[in-house]
Amino acid sequence: MSQLFFGYFAGMIVITSILVVALKNPVYSALSLLVMFFHVAGLFITLHAEFLAAVQIIVYAGAILVLYLFVVMILNVTQDDRYHSQWRIAGVVCIPLFIESLLLLSGGAGAVNTGSRSLQSGPDGAIATDNTLAIGKTLYSTYLFPFEVASLVLLVAMIGAIVLAKKDIGQRET
Amino acid sequence: MIPISYYLILSAIVFLTGVVGVLIRRNIIAILLSVELMLNATNINFVAFSDHLQDLGGQVFVFFALTVAAAEVAVGLAIIIALHRSRSTINVEEFNLLKW
Repeated sequence: MSQLFFGYFAGMIVITSILVVALKNPVYSALSLLVMFFHVAGLFITLHAEFLAAVQIIVYAGAILVLYLFVVMILNVTQDDRYHSQWRIAGVVCIPLFIESLLLLSGGAGAVNTGSRSLQSGPDGAIATDNTLAIGKTLYSTYLFPFEVASLVLLVAMIGAIVLAKKDIGQRET
Repeated sequence: MIPISYYLILSAIVFLTGVVGVLIRRNIIAILLSVELMLNATNINFVAFSDHLQDLGGQVFVFFALTVAAAEVAVGLAIIIALHRSRSTINVEEFNLLKW
């Protein structure tokens, strides 16, 4: 059953991520990225990360993708039918890596399988019982300082976005 | 159960798709979408290892990666709007201010 779910989610993630790159229209790319985010959230649920699945849908699908669609609509993007001339470099970089991952999938999958016994055991699990509670406790005790730094990152990003998108930054006033 | 190598291969494929997208697209918005693909690939890796090792640190780091992704999107889209205002295009071939 879990293999079935993993196969569905993985197949949809791969197909929609390829569609994000392959589709010409940025609106269609953003929408297929939306489908991919939902399937990544489903994959998180099968990995016992329910809180992250909810956050994935709220933040990525709810906030980030809407921001992308806003900008696509504002800028009134013209279609570009051609790909960049760097596609040879992309092929040289990615085709060997892809072949390597296929080799890993065919050959090395069984060897790594031995260490995964802790998945079904779930020893008095921080993960198994209440995901949100456990993440909250970890986030506010062990990772308290990175949490505060993350808030600073968000503040700087907000100020930077406002400054960059202000009217008098560009050369020409329209 | 699913062996963890399957998750690693899935995230590798998604990451490679993002790399290809960054390299071959001309539209700068599509390039930022490909960067989002790469961030999601690393998130899949983090959560898979968090489940594999029964350690919540991976999920917490996905949380931080989400924060950084949100900041990156805000700043990146503001840069795109500023560029569009000054050059009135979003084709990356037209941006040669820092080229030498």
